[in-house]
Amino acid sequence: MRAFVKWGVAALAAMTAGLGAGAAPAAEPVKIGAFLSVTGPASFLGEPEKKTLEMYVGRLNKEGGVEGRKIELVIYDDAGAPDKAATFAKRLIQNDGVDLIIGGTTTGTSMAAIKVIEPAAVPFISLAGGIDIVEPVKKWVFKTPHTDRMAAEKVFADMKKRGITKVAMISEDAGFGKSGHDQSLKVAPLYGIEIVADEVYSPKDPDVTAQLTKIKNTPGVQAVFNFGFGQGPAIVTKNFKQIGMSVPFYQSHGVASKKYIELSGDASEGVRLPAAGLVVAEQLPATDPQKPVVTAFKKDYETAFKSEVSTFAGHAYDGLQMALAAIKRAGSTDKAKVRDEIEKTSGYVGTGGLVSMSPTDHMGLSHAAFHMVEIRKGDWLLSD
Amino acid sequence: MNTALRTPRVAGLGALALVLALAPLSFPNAYFYDVAVNALFNAIVCVGLNLLIGYGGQISLGHAGFFALGAYGSAILTTRFGLPPLAAMLASAAAVGLLAFAVGRPILRLKGHYLAMATLGIGIIIHIVLKTESWLTGGPDGMGVDPFRVAGLEVAGDRMWYWVAAALLLLAVWVALNLIDSPLGRALRAVHGSETGAEVVGVDTGRYKMLVFVVSAVFASLVGSLFAHKNGFITPDIGSFFRSIELVTMVVLGGMASTFGAVLGAFILTLLPQLLAAFEDYEAMVLGAIMMGTMIFMPKGLLPSLALLLARRKGGEARP
Repeated sequence: MRAFVKWGVAALAAMTAGLGAGAAPAAEPVKIGAFLSVTGPASFLGEPEKKTLEMYVGRLNKEGGVEGRKIELVIYDDAGAPDKAATFAKRLIQNDGVDLIIGGTTTGTSMAAIKVIEPAAVPFISLAGGIDIVEPVKKWVFKTPHTDRMAAEKVFADMKKRGITKVAMISEDAGFGKSGHDQSLKVAPLYGIEIVADEVYSPKDPDVTAQLTKIKNTPGVQAVFNFGFGQGPAIVTKNFKQIGMSVPFYQSHGVASKKYIELSGDASEGVRLPAAGLVVAEQLPATDPQKPVVTAFKKDYETAFKSEVSTFAGHAYDGLQMALAAIKRAGSTDKAKVRDEIEKTSGYVGTGGLVSMSPTDHMGLSHAAFHMVEIRKGDWLLSD
Repeated sequence: MNTALRTPRVAGLGALALVLALAPLSFPNAYFYDVAVNALFNAIVCVGLNLLIGYGGQISLGHAGFFALGAYGSAILTTRFGLPPLAAMLASAAAVGLLAFAVGRPILRLKGHYLAMATLGIGIIIHIVLKTESWLTGGPDGMGVDPFRVAGLEVAGDRMWYWVAAALLLLAVWVALNLIDSPLGRALRAVHGSETGAEVVGVDTGRYKMLVFVVSAVFASLVGSLFAHKNGFITPDIGSFFRSIELVTMVVLGGMASTFGAVLGAFILTLLPQLLAAFEDYEAMVLGAIMMGTMIFMPKGLLPSLALLLARRKGGEARP
């Protein structure tokens, strides 16, 4: 037994020593932490976000950093799991001692991390769509993308214009999809829209034909609206075509990526969705104040990565720019000051639109920057 | 056959207590306490699971399910029904014990690894129920849990949780060692050695396997409850099939039929991913390589293999 114990002690000592050595003391650089869903079902959102942050931080450091300080970026991959996100948020705050956190690719991961971040009083800019993130307003929490409610409103307004009143919903059972579903049910009556069928699926489901068949057999359905992000909506779109449905099909801004069109193939033809100006940068009128910003970002991203830009990359870009601007204005990385400055963000032209935050609005976007887009021959077509 | 058994319990417990008491000295910040608490929690579950795997000779592929039931039981009873945390924890543990009894009773009368299959099913069912009954459990988004309060005292902060968890691990190890040394333990080892043989000498094998299965499930449930209160937020993924496998792996890696081995296995497999986070994309590969290496070169598990190695080097003199 003594032998057991000796070995046990030695192994434990080695382990704890190893852990201890891994932690470096706080240094001079501005430390920005991020937890993103680089792998897992939300990877086509998280991966471009990661690449964007790395590209711009690298570029800024070459130019001398911010306020004469280098930027140090710490990124963890939560694989879309809320509990992992919360653990990584804790790690960023307590172990890495970051000054500010960007991230939360999904609504689920953001909400889980907020429980850790809010009491720790660290400024946090989420890249997820759910309205719950900023409503009710939380002191330290901000977000860059349009909310699910805005997406629902935009979609229903478009349906109203086309004379559609009876709509079937199919949404994801968690996070963004669930929040979007709830918001849709809330705002639908305001546009005279009746939800006649309401189905759900899980993000990892390989097939949703059963739910769609149920919708197909519901009498009077004039259009189908799918709320979700990642691979789920692509599967819904494919199944939609496979069972021969032909009513107008709407998606949320959770699929505003070329990856979605690739994954769903021909089936995506004619799908309509609300999206930020970024995906249709060239088609924006020259008078649009966003045009120079989005065309520049699109060019940067596409030359660096040789792949088409998505709005999710844009969310990360906006988050980083607003954070750095706030740090510059605050003249330090004092957390309270930076938080106050983020809240004072006004007239920032980003890829998502014109951002003006206030103590009661921690997102600061209006409907104006949301465009209705239709997928035609595998590309986005600006329709409004 | 079993060295750990014949050595004084006190020495092992004392050494473990010393390690647990000194470890915080090397923690540079609060995050390490958080990791350590998770390691301690896993260790307690593994000590229970080791009783079943190492001594009962049965495998459970549903222990994460029992863990999750404990966690959700506490979360739901405290937040939705206003029960005090301690009562909720005990109620959940009792329910899990009953469930384990109901599942184990018919199955443990059979020989062979039927329990593995039954628990595999139970674990998956629990996971699905937690995921889909969102009116009660919050669905895949998870639910929040209030801090653990008992008699007006609140267990708050990772430091306090560390000491609580460390004390509980010592208690769990003490209970396990005593159980192994009791008539029950001897009966179990007989069952593990040869079930028929045990029956011939009058051991009620079904009953003993049953008992140890229930005990290990209750261990998991109790730790699940504490985990929920400590984390303040739980998702159904704590009860996923993968988590069950992870728990079994901890026991097998550390060394089956060695209580301290189970503790070591839990510590290593909780801490290793933290250390390997630096490897980023290669994390899973490195972890896999370590596991494979251990299984190939130390098939008995870390602690028993190392002890054997040491004993051999000393020329068998240390071998009892």
